[in-house]
Amino acid sequence: MGENMIRLFAVALSLLLIPGSAQAFCGFYVAKADASLFNKASKVVLSRQDNRTVITMANDFQGDVEDFAIVIPVPAVITKSQVNVSDGKIIDHLDSYTSPRLVEYYDEDPCAVRMYEEVMRMSGPVPMAAVADGTPAGAKALGVTILDEYTVGEYDIQILDAKQSDGLLTWLNQEGYKLPKGAEKILKSYIKQDMKFFVTKVNLAEFEKEGFSTLRPLQVAYEHDKFMLPIRLGTLNADGDQELILFTLTQEGRVEPTNYRTVKIPTDSDVPLYVKDAFGDFYKAMFTEAVEKEDKKAVFLEYAWDMAWCDPCAADPLPNDDLRELGAWWVDASNDNVSPVPVPMPGQPRIMPAPMPAPVNVFVTRLHVRYNAETFPEDLVLQVTNDRQNFQGRYVMRHPFTGPVSCEAGQEYYKSLPQRFEREAQSLASLTGWDVQEIRTKMNKNGQSFDIKAKTDERKWWEKMWEEER
Amino acid sequence: MRQYIRVLAFPVFFFMSLLHRLYTALPAPGATTNLFGNLVRDPRHFQILTLGSLLTLIILWSDFGPTVHIFLITVLTTLLTQYALTKLYDLPRFDFRSPLISALSLSILLKAASIYIFPLAAFLAISSKFTLRVNDKHIFNPANFASVISLMMMPDHVWVSPGQWGSTVWLGFALICLGVMVLSSARRGDMAIFFLGSWAALIFGRAVWLGDPFAIPIHNIQSGALLIFAFFMISDPKTTPNHRVGRLIFAFITAAIGFSLQYGLQVREGIFYALFITCLFTPMIDSLLKDYKYQWGKI
Repeated sequence: MGENMIRLFAVALSLLLIPGSAQAFCGFYVAKADASLFNKASKVVLSRQDNRTVITMANDFQGDVEDFAIVIPVPAVITKSQVNVSDGKIIDHLDSYTSPRLVEYYDEDPCAVRMYEEVMRMSGPVPMAAVADGTPAGAKALGVTILDEYTVGEYDIQILDAKQSDGLLTWLNQEGYKLPKGAEKILKSYIKQDMKFFVTKVNLAEFEKEGFSTLRPLQVAYEHDKFMLPIRLGTLNADGDQELILFTLTQEGRVEPTNYRTVKIPTDSDVPLYVKDAFGDFYKAMFTEAVEKEDKKAVFLEYAWDMAWCDPCAADPLPNDDLRELGAWWVDASNDNVSPVPVPMPGQPRIMPAPMPAPVNVFVTRLHVRYNAETFPEDLVLQVTNDRQNFQGRYVMRHPFTGPVSCEAGQEYYKSLPQRFEREAQSLASLTGWDVQEIRTKMNKNGQSFDIKAKTDERKWWEKMWEEER
Repeated sequence: MRQYIRVLAFPVFFFMSLLHRLYTALPAPGATTNLFGNLVRDPRHFQILTLGSLLTLIILWSDFGPTVHIFLITVLTTLLTQYALTKLYDLPRFDFRSPLISALSLSILLKAASIYIFPLAAFLAISSKFTLRVNDKHIFNPANFASVISLMMMPDHVWVSPGQWGSTVWLGFALICLGVMVLSSARRGDMAIFFLGSWAALIFGRAVWLGDPFAIPIHNIQSGALLIFAFFMISDPKTTPNHRVGRLIFAFITAAIGFSLQYGLQVREGIFYALFITCLFTPMIDSLLKDYKYQWGKI
């Protein structure tokens, strides 16, 4: 009871001191596992409302821009005004905002009250593989209609309608698009499903004129009942598994695939302290373990949250303009007074009315898929559900109190620590498949000794009284 | 695939052989029946067992499954509605099996943003059975009727998650459904086979036409919603044509409509709407192709 009271007080204080700050009291966010951890991870943002879809494809093509070319099947004919070139930073921001996070707590002196705060961030560059590559050339073949042709930003875009897949393939080859083996069958399937082809190369003159060092994300907006993400062409030129992080923005709620099983990533586990310096390795190992457990056949939910608030926030919330840029056209423009509102953890009473942010009716879902042609034979068919339950991948480090104690509760606290460390070791081992003995060794080296002894406070009572006041 | 079969083979075949033992031990039709005989003869008991185990599995395993509360509120509503309407229509006997099956199907199939959708759907299901009737047969399968009406009336609150199963659960459930069908309700179980056959023909045909690998239709058929639909909705003997040829036609038309809705109009719940539509024609098929009306528990 006493402890609860203290917690509440601390909460009220932190709200008073830093109203609307990104620091939430359910632990402090220290590290995140964003897409940069995974090689060959493509990042795609889909916004969907009614039959309006906006797809944003992050472009972190690392090679010579001259070699960059992609072929994307789209359900509808895309005119010039439906294409936009966006800013890669916005997607990176959304990635950081939604990535699985590590939070840390500091145990209080079991015989007194203390509160620490610490926030740490980790970020890195994000490599991504291109979908196809080729060099520009100029020739035309039969059986392919170029519905439209234009340049947007640094991209030369053609919208193709084809009747014959072999004709399309020949034409693409002549144009310098090198399609991998097996592409013809898939193109044929798309042609019969009345899909059009969005073909893009880099316009070198424009690219140099713009003066960007990397390619910016391409965006396409269209209206169609089909809500899907084509992944089949991508599985062809992949050596091994592909990684996809799919973000969706909707008004209603969580987005799920209708033709694959969705599984929540393990969350809310207590992990040993040394994970702080190896959070990336931890998350990668845990994700791989989770994928294997589901026979490589599941789509993983990493984040599902109403964008009006976050807790803890892994990054500053996205301003409305950025949400609109990513396709959330229903959001009011230039309304930047969005602040994350920390909301009490379940079971904790709300002690003061939370300041209401400007209503941002955007629900974000972050799905992580590791796939290949065998485990994910079909394109992702998606649906928007009305599930607005919040979910996040969140891992907790608890720093033990290591100071001297002067009460019986303190002695008990120290006695309970080895068991707690053991639970953390076991939980980490089962999440990642790492060897539990090795985990224990690392914990021992990192200040989580299994034979920790209580430090007794030898000072006289008057020393303690006046030292603390000083 | 092989590993699943190995894991599941033993319990499934044990279960099936047990059923077979029970079934063959039954007294011949017409002989005096006892409580045990009644228990085994009425296929609804097996349906309850199958759906009940499935629901338990989903509650325990699935990340997006129903909660116990959802099932309780649903089953309570179906039973109460059944009881009240039995009294109101002055029927001789209160039957708990059908409302229980409807409640199980609804809690497994439907997803909703609010728990209050479930009692509403449950009420719709049972009351449709009493009010929408032709030739002394109710027109719609109760769970199907409730799902379709909820999906149509509250598209912003209700959805179905057909992908939410995983192949292990799917395969186990498929084998058990087949076992139950073969052993207990052979007379109308043909409906499930007719439907699944038509559905498979359509989606494999589509793959051939598109030049897609068979991995795609094989993946597509592993949908839990499809199984619930085939074994517990369309095979409902009360709402399907009495004549076998009629049932074959009925199954194929349902599959064809469902297929067009799903792949043509992108309606994910296509098969549920399809059954809703074809059920309207059952009385017509019945008047064209005459046969005996089905009664639960009678052979």
